[in-house]
Amino acid sequence: MSQRIVIDPVTRIEGHLRVDVEVADGRVAKAWASGQMWRGVENILVGRDPRDAWAITQRICGVCTTVHAICSVRAVENALKLEIPLNANYIRNLIILAHAIHDHIVHFYHLSALDWVDVTSALKADPAKAAALAESLSTWSGNSRHEFAKVKERLSGFVGTGQLGIFTNCYWGHPAMKLPPEVNLIAVSHYLQALEVQRYANKIVSILGSKTPHIQNVAVGGVANPLAVDAQSVLTVERLMAVKGWIDKLEDFVKNVYLVDVAVIGAFYPEWTQIGRGIVDYIAAPDIPLDGKGETFALPGGHIANGDLGQFTEIRSFADQYLLKGVSEAVKHSWYEYKAGDDASLHPYEGETTPKYTDFQDEGKYSWLKSPTFYGKPMQVGPLARVLAMLAAGHAPTTQYATATLERVSSIAGIEVGLGAMHSTIGRHAARAVACAVQVDELARQWDLLLANMAKGDLDTFNAPSFPRGEQRGMGFHEAPRGMLSHWVVIENGRIRNYQCVVPTTWNAAPRNEKDVPGAYEACLVDTPVAVPDEPLEVLRTVHSFDPCLACAVHVLDTEQTEVVRVKAA
Amino acid sequence: MKGETGTAQPACSASTTSRTARRGVLLGVGNILLSDEGVGVRLVERLLAGYRLPAGLQVLDGGTCAMEMLEDLEYLDLLVIADCVRSGRNPGSVVVLRDGEVPAFFRTKLSPHQVGLADVLATLQFIGRAPRQTVVVGVEPQSLATGMTLSPPVRAALTEAQDALIDALAKGGYGLEAQREAA
Repeated sequence: MSQRIVIDPVTRIEGHLRVDVEVADGRVAKAWASGQMWRGVENILVGRDPRDAWAITQRICGVCTTVHAICSVRAVENALKLEIPLNANYIRNLIILAHAIHDHIVHFYHLSALDWVDVTSALKADPAKAAALAESLSTWSGNSRHEFAKVKERLSGFVGTGQLGIFTNCYWGHPAMKLPPEVNLIAVSHYLQALEVQRYANKIVSILGSKTPHIQNVAVGGVANPLAVDAQSVLTVERLMAVKGWIDKLEDFVKNVYLVDVAVIGAFYPEWTQIGRGIVDYIAAPDIPLDGKGETFALPGGHIANGDLGQFTEIRSFADQYLLKGVSEAVKHSWYEYKAGDDASLHPYEGETTPKYTDFQDEGKYSWLKSPTFYGKPMQVGPLARVLAMLAAGHAPTTQYATATLERVSSIAGIEVGLGAMHSTIGRHAARAVACAVQVDELARQWDLLLANMAKGDLDTFNAPSFPRGEQRGMGFHEAPRGMLSHWVVIENGRIRNYQCVVPTTWNAAPRNEKDVPGAYEACLVDTPVAVPDEPLEVLRTVHSFDPCLACAVHVLDTEQTEVVRVKAA
Repeated sequence: MKGETGTAQPACSASTTSRTARRGVLLGVGNILLSDEGVGVRLVERLLAGYRLPAGLQVLDGGTCAMEMLEDLEYLDLLVIADCVRSGRNPGSVVVLRDGEVPAFFRTKLSPHQVGLADVLATLQFIGRAPRQTVVVGVEPQSLATGMTLSPPVRAALTEAQDALIDALAKGGYGLEAQREAA
C-alpha cells in the first residue's frame, strides 16, 4: 500500500519547491520535484541594454544575488570577446569566494544542520563532557566548558518561553535523530558561533561590492571599484588589510569547526552514506579565472560520467565548445510550451520562455522549472560535483581536504569510509565543507594576487565595451555555491534579443525530461526511508543536502491540502 | 541607491554596529522583478531621493535577502519595514502593524518573502539582539506578475504609504526633513 506525501514550502520568493513522494513499505518509491514559481526574468530582459542585465538578473533570487551579477557580465563579455583587467578579475574572484563561503556556512549551520541536530536533546548534555569531546577533535577556541554551559543556559531559557522562533520547523524527538546530547550541544554552540563568523564573509562582499545585499560594483568590462594605494574614498590598501583580517577568521572557523562538525555528524549517521545517491553524472564549471580572458582557472571543473572519476572531461575556458554545445532544456513536464512542440529540447540560445500552466499532472506537466540536460542526460550539480571534478582533475588541495575528511569520519565512526560514500546525502554535506576549505585558501591567494598586482602599479579595473552592429552570442558560466550556473545571451544591434539563465537548482530540481527521465532530486529521493509519514524528516534531509534555494521552513500538506502540524516541542 | 544620500551604505556602517548608540533602520524588502512585490524597495528609494536622514537612521534596500542583513539589524531601537502585504484588502490599501501585531504578520504568511525576514528576526530574538520596536508598513498588491513597474492602485498608494513610513519614523524619534529640491 502506498501513501502520497506532499511537501510544499512557504512561498519564499526564491526556489518555491514542492516535493511529492509516494511511500511504500517505509521507503520512497516515486518522487516529483516541482518548482512552484514562474520565473519570467528572461522576458523582462528582451530589448534591454546588455550592460544592465547583471543588475536585473541579480534580483532573481534573494540568496544568490552576486552569482547572477557575475554570470551575466561574463555572458556579455563572452559575446563581445572582451577581456577584463586583472584587478577586476581578482576583485570578482574575492567576491565570488567570500559569497560562496558565506553561503556554505549559513546553509550548513542555519538551514540544514537542524535536520540532523536535535536542539532539545542538547538540554540534557553535560557541558564538561561536550568540551572534552570537542577539544579532542579541534583546536578551536570556542569549545570550552564555560562556552557550552552558557549556550545550554541560553537555550533552556529560550525553549522555556515557548517562542521557538527559528527552531519551529524542526522535528525534535524524531526517531531518525541520533546524535548524543553532547554532540547536539556542540552543534548548537557552533550554530551560534557561525552566526558571528558568517558576517566576516558578508563584510568582504560589502566592502568589495560597495553594497550588500545586491552588489553594485560589477560592470561589463570589469568592475567599478576605483583602486588606489592611499586615497580615502576608494578601495585602499587599508580596507584591503581589513579584508585580510576577516579572511583569517573565516579560515579558522572553516578548517577547525565546519570541516570537523561535518565529519562528526557523518560518523554518527553512517547509514546516510548509503542514501540519496541518485544521479551520478556530474557537471561543474571551472572558476576563479587567473587571467582576464578565462583561459586558466584556479579551481578546475568538468563533466564526470557514471560516477567514475576516470570518465572525466575537463571544461577548459570561457569559450569551451564541449560545454557550449552540450546544454539543452526540455519542457515536456514543465509549465511552458515550445513552438516546435513539447517533445523538443532547445539549446539556450534558441530557448523560449512561454508559460503554459496546467494543474499538477503526475504524468504530464507539473513544474515551473525546465529540465536541462547535458548531451541528453540529466546531471547533478553542486559542491559534490565540484569536489569530484576537482579530484578528477588532480587538484591537490581538494585531494588533501577530501582525504583528511574521510579519514576523520572513519576514525570517529570506527569503520572504513571511502570515496564511494561521497555519492550520498551526507556526502553532499561533506563535499560542501571540503569545497569551502578549498575556497577559503583560494580567497587568501586571490587577495595576495590582487595586492601583488597593485604593487606593480597596475590600478586598471575596467575595459569599456563597445557593441558592434549585427548579432553576437555569449555564454557566461560560474560555479555558484549551489552548482554550475550559466547565462546565455543573444545580442542584436546592441540590444538583448534572447536571454536564458540555466540555474543550479534547475539542474538538480528538474522535473522529468523529454524522455521522461527524472531529475536529480527525484532520482536521489527514491529508496529514502521514511519512518513517520507525516514527519518526512528523511526526505527533507536529502532535499536539503542539495542546498535548494529555500529555507528549512517547509510546510507539510496532505493531499486534501490541509496543513499537517508537525512541530514537536519537547 | 544613492550612497551619498543619508547612510544607505551598509559596507561602511557594518563595522560601527554597537549596542550603545541609538540606531534605527528603515528596511525596504521585496522583489522588484515581480511588479507590486517590489513596492517596499520602491518606497525606500523614494524616501532616499526626497529626504535628508537624521543621524542614526540607516536606510536599507533589503531586496529579497535574509541572513546578509543580520548585522545591520542588530541592537536597533527602531526597525521600520516597508513591504508588500497580502491581507485580502483592496489593492493599494496601506496597513500599519506595530510590535505585538508583527509576529502575527509573519505567522499568517501575508508577504511572499516573510520567511527570510522572519528567520532573521527570530535569530535576533534568540541571540538577544532584537529591535526594541518594530513597525511594518505594508501595501496590498494588485499584481505579482513579472515586470518592473508598479500597478496603478499601488502607485497611487505610494504617497500614503510614504507618509505612514515618515510617521512611524517620527514617532520613533527619527524625524525626516524634506530636501529643498524634492525628487
